Amino acid sequence: MDQAIMGKTLAEKIWEDHVVRSAQGEPDLLYIDLQLVHEVTSAQAFDGLRLAGRKVRRPDLTIATEDHNTPTLDILKPIADPVSKLQIDTLRNNAKEFGIRIHSLGDADQGVVHVVGPQLGITQPGMTIVCGDSHTSTHGAFGAIAFGIGTSEVEHVLATQTLPSTRPKMMAINVEGKLKAGVTAKDIILAIIAQIGTGGGQGYIIEYRGSAIRELSMEGRMTVCNMSIEAGARAGLIAPDQKTFDYIKGKPHAPEDFVVAQSYWQTLFSDSDAKFDLEITLDADQLEPFVTWGTNPGQGLPLNASVPNPADIKDSEARGAAERALEYMGLTAGTPLKNIAIDTVFLGSCTNGRIEDLRAAASVLEGKKIAPKLRMLVVPGSERVRQQAMKEGLDKVFLDAGAEWRNAGCSMCLGMNPDQLSVGERAASTSNRNFEGRQGKGGRTHLVSPLVAAATAIRGTLSSPADL
Amino acid sequence: MEKFISHTGTGVPLRRSNVDTDQIIPAVYLKRVTRSGFEDGLFAAWRNDPEFVLNQPQYKAGTVLVAGPEFGTGSSREHAVWALQNYGFKVVISSRFADIFRGNSLKGGLLTVILPQEAVEEIWVAIEADPTTEIKVDLDSRTVSYGATTIAFELDDYTRWRLMEGLDDIGLTLKQTDSIDAFEAKRPSYKPKTLPIRI
Repeated sequence: MDQAIMGKTLAEKIWEDHVVRSAQGEPDLLYIDLQLVHEVTSAQAFDGLRLAGRKVRRPDLTIATEDHNTPTLDILKPIADPVSKLQIDTLRNNAKEFGIRIHSLGDADQGVVHVVGPQLGITQPGMTIVCGDSHTSTHGAFGAIAFGIGTSEVEHVLATQTLPSTRPKMMAINVEGKLKAGVTAKDIILAIIAQIGTGGGQGYIIEYRGSAIRELSMEGRMTVCNMSIEAGARAGLIAPDQKTFDYIKGKPHAPEDFVVAQSYWQTLFSDSDAKFDLEITLDADQLEPFVTWGTNPGQGLPLNASVPNPADIKDSEARGAAERALEYMGLTAGTPLKNIAIDTVFLGSCTNGRIEDLRAAASVLEGKKIAPKLRMLVVPGSERVRQQAMKEGLDKVFLDAGAEWRNAGCSMCLGMNPDQLSVGERAASTSNRNFEGRQGKGGRTHLVSPLVAAATAIRGTLSSPADL
Repeated sequence: MEKFISHTGTGVPLRRSNVDTDQIIPAVYLKRVTRSGFEDGLFAAWRNDPEFVLNQPQYKAGTVLVAGPEFGTGSSREHAVWALQNYGFKVVISSRFADIFRGNSLKGGLLTVILPQEAVEEIWVAIEADPTTEIKVDLDSRTVSYGATTIAFELDDYTRWRLMEGLDDIGLTLKQTDSIDAFEAKRPSYKPKTLPIRI
């Protein structure tokens, strides 16, 4: 078929709309509509600009917040850890020097960078969005190409508002059918990663499609796109629809000329004759609450299953990885996952720290108590989410149940601030990575949905609300 | 950036798959605001184990890390590249790299070489049998050689040229400022801006 008349995928349409320059044998030079900045991956980039005498080309397409290393207690006091404090102060000084908008601790729009963009309405369909954070893929939920970059690329975008990029391959993941009660967006994405593996999406942009995806709220869609990187894909996206438009409408940075913007957004879908390099289909009806048992996000199973026996795994590399994972996790093959006792429950992160996630967990915890000796940390994704939750009385539900109600940030998702697991401590976490030591040296992580997190907090062992 | 044309050094066999960037450098080591000094965080948790490969004296001088598949998954932290470079590594060989890590490494002059898994396993065997085995990684001919073995690897011409010339990506892009200006002039007005601030 002639290239010119062949249909295009959603991602191809957005990509082509942003090519500043393309030349044979070179990566495309891609225009970047928005760069999000935080304290951990930006200091060296600003330093690079200073050394070369370069400016930030578009401060008005750049926004900073503090999230990765910030404390979630006593946030208005000076940060106790001097190295963390220096990193935050460095970001504040850089923002001031280069004229960049920043939302600091105490501000309503401080919080996890991927919660802040959507809540301000600056994440919109058809955009290219980057950030020095791999979970930038979250913004793909709005029908944008959004991907994580390293610090050298952060500097590149600050200086030029563009990025040389090689066009990825296109993958479609169709999730058809209807989710059972208690099965959520988190379970969809954990099941996808278990199926295609941590490298399955390498080199691809994934478009999530199908009736079960259309049925998800914007927040659920963000959860799915967020973990695209855990399947190895830099970006994942979902075609915008009325839900997307309604979500943006009324947000502070919604387009003033909404009708014109929306008429463009409505062209953003994959044509019926678009060609994907790979298509995968998942049956939503068959999905169960999902949980990881190992040390990479692909090592997951339905909650009703048992810890796998590495001897049953044919591939020698995967078998070795499973053996090491069970040793690190302190698990024995054949143990029902529901028998695994949990010390700490973490509810939060860019994956599941939005208001709907807090509502879901609160609906399970209402009028109940968490298990004795278990600790539960509730960390809203942003200060605005925290305020909204308090308006709805969710903080009281969590506190009455015996959980800790914290301030916004990345917190225990990556254990860069004081919120960490200790050696051997076992967590059920709504975050995105169960890597060795991710949540604290020697800590053990099981990834779960907010509903499973709440039920687990009550029972003290990995559980779903149906077990209560 | 320093030019990369060819490197010869001994290898370090890291027989693990899915070495994520949290293993390469845990988050608590990311607080520095410089590009140097990250070698103390390299594989910090694993280095507590006296048996870990970097703690074995025969591999102390290694500059070519030979790792299992899916190297560099997870976080986008470029600190992972800096930690490897600060420690002294010039090349990482694996059968599969995560995209962001690979992009970061090739921007920063740490050469990541993709070889078939069988070839990686043969190198493991060779360097475990004789840790003084010299591995030559040559960008000009795009080959890895050790002993009597020479294996070709792929790297796109553009990246190879950039590495061999030691070129600054930003400098290259700034030569295209006219194209960027022209693109910006045509951007639709409904695209969001972060300034002025709207609350």
